[in-house]
Amino acid sequence: MPRGSFSRITKIALAIALVSAVAAPAQDLKSFEQRITTKVLPNGLTIIICERKDAPVFSYTTFIDAGDVNDPSGESGLAHMFEHLAFKGTSQIGTTDYADEKIALAKVETANDAYEAEYLKPIDPDDRKLQDEHKAKLDELHKAFLAAQAEAHKYVVPNEFTDVAERNGATGLNAETGLDDTHYFWSMPENRLELWAWLESGRLSDTVPREFYKERDVVNEERRMRTDSSPIGRLVEQFLATAYVAHNYGRSSIGWPSEVSQISATEAMEFHKKYYVGSNVVVVVVGDVDAKTAMPMLEKYFSKVPAGPKPEEMTTVEPKQFAEKSLVIREQTQPFYIEGYHRPSYRDPDDAVYDAISDIMSNGRVSRLYRSLVEQQQIAAEAEGFSPFPGDKYPSLFAFYAVPLPGHTPAEMRDAIHKEIDKLRTTDVTDAELQMYKTRTRADLLRGLANNQGLANSLAEYQTRYGDWRELFLQLDKVDKVTKADIRRVANEVFVASNRTSAEIDTEEAAAGQGATKQSGGAR
Amino acid sequence: MIGLLRINNLKIRAFPGLRSETRGTQHLCFPTHGAKTKARHGWGTQHFVVGATCLILMFTAGLSAQQAKPWEQIPIPPLHAFTPQQPKRIELKNGIVVFLQENHELPFISGSVLIPGGSLEEDASKIGMVSLYGETWRTSGTAKMDGDAMDELLESKAASIETSGGEDSTGISWDSLKGDSDQVFSLAMDLLFHPKFSDEKLTLAKQQAATGIVRRNDDEGEIAGREAMKLVYGPNSPYARQEELATIGAVKVADLEAWHEHTLKGKLIVGISGDFDPAAMEAKVRAAFESLPPATPAPVRHDEFPAAKPGVYFIQKGDVNQSNVQMVALGLDRHNPDVPTLAILNEILGGGFASRLFQKVRTELGLAYSVGGGFSLPYDHPGAFRVDVITKSASTVDATKAALAEIADLNTKPFTEEELKRAKENILNSFLFRYDTKGKVLAERERLEFYGYPADYLETYKAGLEKVSVADLNAAAKKYIHPDTLALLVVGNKDEITPPLDALDKGPVKTIDITIPMPNRGGQGAGSGTPGPRP
Repeated sequence: MPRGSFSRITKIALAIALVSAVAAPAQDLKSFEQRITTKVLPNGLTIIICERKDAPVFSYTTFIDAGDVNDPSGESGLAHMFEHLAFKGTSQIGTTDYADEKIALAKVETANDAYEAEYLKPIDPDDRKLQDEHKAKLDELHKAFLAAQAEAHKYVVPNEFTDVAERNGATGLNAETGLDDTHYFWSMPENRLELWAWLESGRLSDTVPREFYKERDVVNEERRMRTDSSPIGRLVEQFLATAYVAHNYGRSSIGWPSEVSQISATEAMEFHKKYYVGSNVVVVVVGDVDAKTAMPMLEKYFSKVPAGPKPEEMTTVEPKQFAEKSLVIREQTQPFYIEGYHRPSYRDPDDAVYDAISDIMSNGRVSRLYRSLVEQQQIAAEAEGFSPFPGDKYPSLFAFYAVPLPGHTPAEMRDAIHKEIDKLRTTDVTDAELQMYKTRTRADLLRGLANNQGLANSLAEYQTRYGDWRELFLQLDKVDKVTKADIRRVANEVFVASNRTSAEIDTEEAAAGQGATKQSGGAR
Repeated sequence: MIGLLRINNLKIRAFPGLRSETRGTQHLCFPTHGAKTKARHGWGTQHFVVGATCLILMFTAGLSAQQAKPWEQIPIPPLHAFTPQQPKRIELKNGIVVFLQENHELPFISGSVLIPGGSLEEDASKIGMVSLYGETWRTSGTAKMDGDAMDELLESKAASIETSGGEDSTGISWDSLKGDSDQVFSLAMDLLFHPKFSDEKLTLAKQQAATGIVRRNDDEGEIAGREAMKLVYGPNSPYARQEELATIGAVKVADLEAWHEHTLKGKLIVGISGDFDPAAMEAKVRAAFESLPPATPAPVRHDEFPAAKPGVYFIQKGDVNQSNVQMVALGLDRHNPDVPTLAILNEILGGGFASRLFQKVRTELGLAYSVGGGFSLPYDHPGAFRVDVITKSASTVDATKAALAEIADLNTKPFTEEELKRAKENILNSFLFRYDTKGKVLAERERLEFYGYPADYLETYKAGLEKVSVADLNAAAKKYIHPDTLALLVVGNKDEITPPLDALDKGPVKTIDITIPMPNRGGQGAGSGTPGPRP
């Protein structure tokens, strides 16, 4: 199908030449082994230092092997809520008097519990008197709750933790909570390494549930922005909830509104106690750092993180899907189509085969979906297949999506995507396509090595997922072993109708006149 | 392959709602969301300085603190000596400027040619032309090798050549492994000097643009950013106007050819970085560019920048439960001598976690996840003053009032020494990150060259920042902050906004109609062969 001027053989020859060119001195596994020092502390926490002395700066990633997939039932959004709490300081920073603040915070929890208990009380809807009493009681308890917060707030030095970091040059300060994991990161001038170690080890080991309920309001705003007020956000939440029947990958990752708005500080601290233990944490520092002198210092600080058993793995395994599922959102936004097929986790021997499929289907202007849907048929502005989604730690989805051109429909996207999938199932990909995947994977890996923050993230993730950062490089062997037959086999196993969930937005016309405001369909 | 997906940012690009961040939108200088993100140069105001030494700025003790501050006891040693590597600057006889930045860490070579002139100059009846040009240029390819063949060749080598069309410049860039760099360079030069624009690829680009146009009212933030800029500059200003189905429909291949021929006569800026031998690379670049005729200087623009019209503006969006509120006015450009003071003022108003807006609206009131703002300070034209806050519908008025109060307070609540000190520390201690990679140093030099700023601009700027005083801040606020002249734009769901916007007490609310104009059926559509959007 490619109509380029290059023969297959030329391409393979080029690619082989490339592989040797890539074995440049500074960028192979051996060179990284010389520059990387790894230490597992007695509390189980792993520290990795990677020396890269280009400029007097460092970046770090703290990687927690827990995310919103670990939120207990009824508490979706908890991991993310805790992540926000981790910016609020400790018993030593962010407070004018921690001893008194602690007492005040306990009172906030009591007040919250009382309010929640009343809020959840089932009341006979026909009993006006009871209803009125309930409402009055709620108002009173809410006032008490606000008063307790105001009392605790007296001890707060707002945002002192982040203030100290930013005043000392922290850049790109942020955190991300995914379904699988949570990571914290920033970059700093190298002479602030010890200050950073104090701040970071403090917030991991000595979190205080400060200003929790204000922050919960902030997270509710985040949900409105990312999910409720975004057509794609709404669609994806419904899509995943439909694709999964048992596993937490199907649950809203930022949290269902009723649940995230009732998470308590106590629950967040319990999550912390269970998951923020040494054995569940990897800290990676990349930059102008001398491992010999830095490691003992980091060890001193990060030993404060409590030891604890690695949290038990989840028992739930998504059962095999046996019925095709689909959902339609009808609203006044533009059409969109997405479908997904269940696939195994990153641990599966075929993991690289899925990567090959997504590369061949989606990577660049030569990719099959671009060539077919965008260039040749001219029905889509964008079309891709990607995986794993929405996470990688547990069995996930291989998803395809397409953005229709004006005048084209989700149904056309579906048919066109299925045609391309059928080709994968019935005909081998070309040698050139397969080789392109391998070449690009290798080059992409290399390109990622020149960025302190990107490298810190990758090392932390591979150390967590495989127990060894070297897998970042060693995985290339698995990439090289992928065959055309593998691709065909996997496509035939996975891309079948009974394993499929699809979701689409069908555009509803505005009612006569302007600005009809209600949407229908299952999204809200 | 878990890590690579993250590096490619695939998940995030495809579905921005999937990972949750503590601070989704960074409001450092000018929010990155919203209008005009196409521009390559518009508001990238970042800076570097030579030979940064350590800046040990200790904290003042004080506040209401009774607790010890253990972090103040942690030693901060002098920063390791660092002299950022400057690229070699070569000015050819014809005026073309070349920067060579050696970097031997990885076996890659990348390059770019920056061409002055962009969408600001396009005809009002063909808005979108430069953007279509940037897309079609590469996908069309050359007489020797069409775009599809180029795709095949480049992808097989994990290499890339891309072209772009922005607000004040267009350009071509390339990247490949060292071993392929001769071939990729030749290809890029062939595309630069001998493009063959194809009608078929223009149609493809028009279809993509049309998709963007018909979808532009789906996302609340996109609407807010775009319409706020129209309030700042006026809807027909080159800095705010938008492409329509009719204007992209009017673009022909001949327009792209004429544009290319015209802009290529300008003062090009060539930048090359990576694992090369400098003498050999210089010879190669000279061979490619030295024979061009003398560059013609860019015409001086004579834009008018009337002040924004104050008042409250509203755009209805029925499918959201949050309001996106923009408070805007016309701002200043970077030549203004008060810029260092305004950069500090930005930091205090809407910079980081400790800024007044963040502390009040997010931390204290819990009314927003995203809040921030300040002056945008572009290099060559007045930017916007903009503060924005995103809040649940019911708290629209409260959050707007809270943010407005912070803006008004810039004039009434005097700046403190502590605020100044914090802002300076925030900016100066992270100043290093403006030049901590060779790539950033190169990009900055190109930017300064492009806008005609001296090469040591960052040093001057940094010295200016260090000198800013509380008196400067108070004076600048008086001079530049005029709360009554702000235009307030709310995009949100009217039924849910209680109390209504009248409660802002800023006069009658004007509704803005954002209906997308549809060309007449049978008229010029988005591109030949494409059915127009459904009625």
